[in-house]
Amino acid sequence: MSTLLQLESVGVSIGTVALLEGISLSVERGQILGLVGESGSGKSLTALAAMGLLPLIGGRITTGQVRFDGQDMAAMTEAQRRALRGRRIGFVTQNPMTALDPVQRIGAQVDIVSRLHLGLSWQAARARTLDLLTQMRIPEPAAVAEAYPHQLSGGMKQRIVIAMALAGDPDLIIADEPTTALDVTVQAQIIQILGQIVRERGAALLLITHDMGVVAQICDRVAVLYAGRLAEEGPVGPIFAAPAHPYTRALIGCIPQEGMAKGSLRGIPGAVPSALAMPSGCRFNPRCPHASAICCETAPSFAPFGAGGVACHHAGVAS
Amino acid sequence: MTSWLIRRILLLVPVFLAVSVVIFLILHFIPGDPIDNLLKVGSSPQARAEMEARYGLDRPLPVQYGIWLGKVLHGDLGTAIVARRPVADLIAQALPHSLALGGLALLFSSAMGVMLGVIAALNRDRWPDRLIMGGVLAGSTMPSFWLGLILMLVFSVGLGWFPISGARGWTSLVLPVLTIGLGGTALVARITRVSMIEASARDFVMLLHAKGLSPLRIQLAHVLRHALIPVVTILALRIGWILGGAVTVEVVFARPGLGTLLIKSLSQHDYPVVQACLLMLAMAVMLGTLLGDILQALMDPRVRAAMA
Repeated sequence: MSTLLQLESVGVSIGTVALLEGISLSVERGQILGLVGESGSGKSLTALAAMGLLPLIGGRITTGQVRFDGQDMAAMTEAQRRALRGRRIGFVTQNPMTALDPVQRIGAQVDIVSRLHLGLSWQAARARTLDLLTQMRIPEPAAVAEAYPHQLSGGMKQRIVIAMALAGDPDLIIADEPTTALDVTVQAQIIQILGQIVRERGAALLLITHDMGVVAQICDRVAVLYAGRLAEEGPVGPIFAAPAHPYTRALIGCIPQEGMAKGSLRGIPGAVPSALAMPSGCRFNPRCPHASAICCETAPSFAPFGAGGVACHHAGVAS
Repeated sequence: MTSWLIRRILLLVPVFLAVSVVIFLILHFIPGDPIDNLLKVGSSPQARAEMEARYGLDRPLPVQYGIWLGKVLHGDLGTAIVARRPVADLIAQALPHSLALGGLALLFSSAMGVMLGVIAALNRDRWPDRLIMGGVLAGSTMPSFWLGLILMLVFSVGLGWFPISGARGWTSLVLPVLTIGLGGTALVARITRVSMIEASARDFVMLLHAKGLSPLRIQLAHVLRHALIPVVTILALRIGWILGGAVTVEVVFARPGLGTLLIKSLSQHDYPVVQACLLMLAMAVMLGTLLGDILQALMDPRVRAAMA
């Protein structure tokens, strides 16, 4: 298996505020990596860093390297990075309701990707678009292509956005919480379609979500972010069976289980700290049931653990 | 869309009636009347009563209004009391000058304003932006009569490129158009810039970048389209304003026009002329608003959907 996307101890800042520190991830060809964490943990920033789109929100990579297919993205020209976006990296945004240009017809918005990156004619691009819409199980694709975004439901729009991400025949798809804004019933469908299409094409998927249930469903590996740092990373099976980091354990504990007694669903007390007031030492220590003196003093380094890695002074304790 | 358009036009009827009542009444509440301008000093009260009867000014106000409105609806604007000519003639004389001046000024300020606004937005917080916004600030704070005089001084007196005043030939239009147009340019440039910056922060722009489109294409083909929607609305509202608001510029350049006609007849209490001028301006504003709504519908499918 070859590594398609690799982040090597990447740090990201907006202005003088450091929001991500030492993020190391890799996505292999044909693999689905789940990136999880609460809101504010830096998942979307990680996606933007991988796309080379940080400047749009005034952010920049301060340390480390992002490599796509072995090439350092920082060493590329902006034109080279642009040629990757839409062509080799497809992007699915968080909120389908606002992701499409409201004054342009759906078809034209999808067509442009294959016209731009695959050099297709109008007719060929439209044929491809209709084909993609059909693959996304959109009924009456020809009518939908002529519609405007406001005429479609959220689930429909998210399928369009996914079709758009697929239009350039990408090697990697980055999906930033693709189902957050949708109904639960539609969520499952979208995740299923996404997973299926990625596997069929042998593409890779970086799936950003805060839903551990989704991770358990379709991901091969999972990376857990907490307050801008990587808490744990590894294959899904072992991590769900025996999470080494207390935060991972807490996240898994948040998944509702069948047969759970009423009121026994747990949350994690407290909230993700603000980037302006990070606790010293391990950033999870104020919320951690196992926090000890060392946790408040020194930040744990990310170290190999089992088939993955974890950043915790008490890795695996009391699991 | 068609049924909306019909409804929208029908809606103008009550607005038109309301406006006509206001225009008619407002003038009769101003002290003094046109007879004062016609009578010789020392005329007898009988002469005055005769004169009033001739123009129907002795009848009750509602009757006067009814007569006036009935005639207006038949296209008869009446006869100017002081100028002693059909009002329609006076309007027909003034309107083309106002239309040429206002239309060209609107065209100039739209084209220049949008262009400068786009350049400023694309170079946000860099020197072209600062330069343009500085110019915009100067342009919008400068009184138009003063700007007119300065332009006259430089281009007519100094360089001798354009005539100082009057309305002969297109060269006499250049300076008045610039005088009005520069103020409008400042307004349009500022709205375009803000609207572009606001539109480029919208969610869908991020996805356009993620699709690998070039930033210039995103700005011109997508962001500008959105940014123009408020700009078009403002421009449409300015149509009426430009027709009547050019008074100071018309005076400075000694040009005939609706504004000049209005001011002149107002000082003479020449009711029929004032009423006709105000009616023209009110209709220009109403048609401008209608045009703005139609353009907005053409530009935004969501507006069209809301109308159906």
